[in-house]
Amino acid sequence: MEITSAHYTVLSAALFSIGVIGVLVRRNVIIIFMAIELMLNAVNINLVAHARYLENLIGQVFVVFVIAVAAAEAAVGLGILLAFFRNKETVNIDEMNIMRW
Amino acid sequence: MAEAIAFYTLAVLILGLGVAVVTTPKTVHSVLFLVLNFLCVAILYVVLRAEFLAVIQVLVYAGGIVVLYLFVVMLVNLKRAPEAHEDPRRLARLGLGLSGAVLLELAGIVVYSYGRAAPSSAPAAPVEGIVGNTEELGWLLYTDYLIPFEVASVLLLVAMVGAIVLARRES
Repeated sequence: MEITSAHYTVLSAALFSIGVIGVLVRRNVIIIFMAIELMLNAVNINLVAHARYLENLIGQVFVVFVIAVAAAEAAVGLGILLAFFRNKETVNIDEMNIMRW
Repeated sequence: MAEAIAFYTLAVLILGLGVAVVTTPKTVHSVLFLVLNFLCVAILYVVLRAEFLAVIQVLVYAGGIVVLYLFVVMLVNLKRAPEAHEDPRRLARLGLGLSGAVLLELAGIVVYSYGRAAPSSAPAAPVEGIVGNTEELGWLLYTDYLIPFEVASVLLLVAMVGAIVLARRES
């Protein structure tokens, strides 16, 4: 019973799909942000697994950059969320339509 | 064998906690499940011999980003349920179907690409005492990937300034 890189790819694909479900189905913006973090984590698992199976550290270097971008995204996104909440008192994405039309 | 046990345990935990993050009605519970999920991913990195990234995962994700989320959840004082209003034009069923299609597509790609080429098995454990993971990664980051590294630091600075400007109360 050996764990191959295909196992890690399937795990990563499943976690990514959970994130996609969260983004498309939930209406609370904070939970949508967390689902995006789940998707970034799925990508990171994939990169680390293949860095190990290909005996190459470049995948891990990429993960460092992905984590940096995730931190930047979380900071800016939550800042936007707070600014929006101060104006409209809601975190429901269905009510965030002032820029839609 | 030990790796198989670790992998399956962690995979079940990661997927279960991911489902819990997405389905829990209370936002605070969702954040706490997210911390557990990140910690399980960090253990998975240790299994994959990426010790430096495991530490970074705990420090940056579980320690930094999740605390930021908790702050926002506490700051956002909701007077009514966050998902009370639903846009009648929202197509949640279609969203669920589309994400199922994404899963099927990804599974199809995995089956197709690994079905032809035999999946690579894990390389043997490296000889002890050559170079540590952190040292090797640091070497790569500061030689071959120096410019992307600096660009990432500029990105973090821009994000910090942007977040302060966005969240500041206008007087």
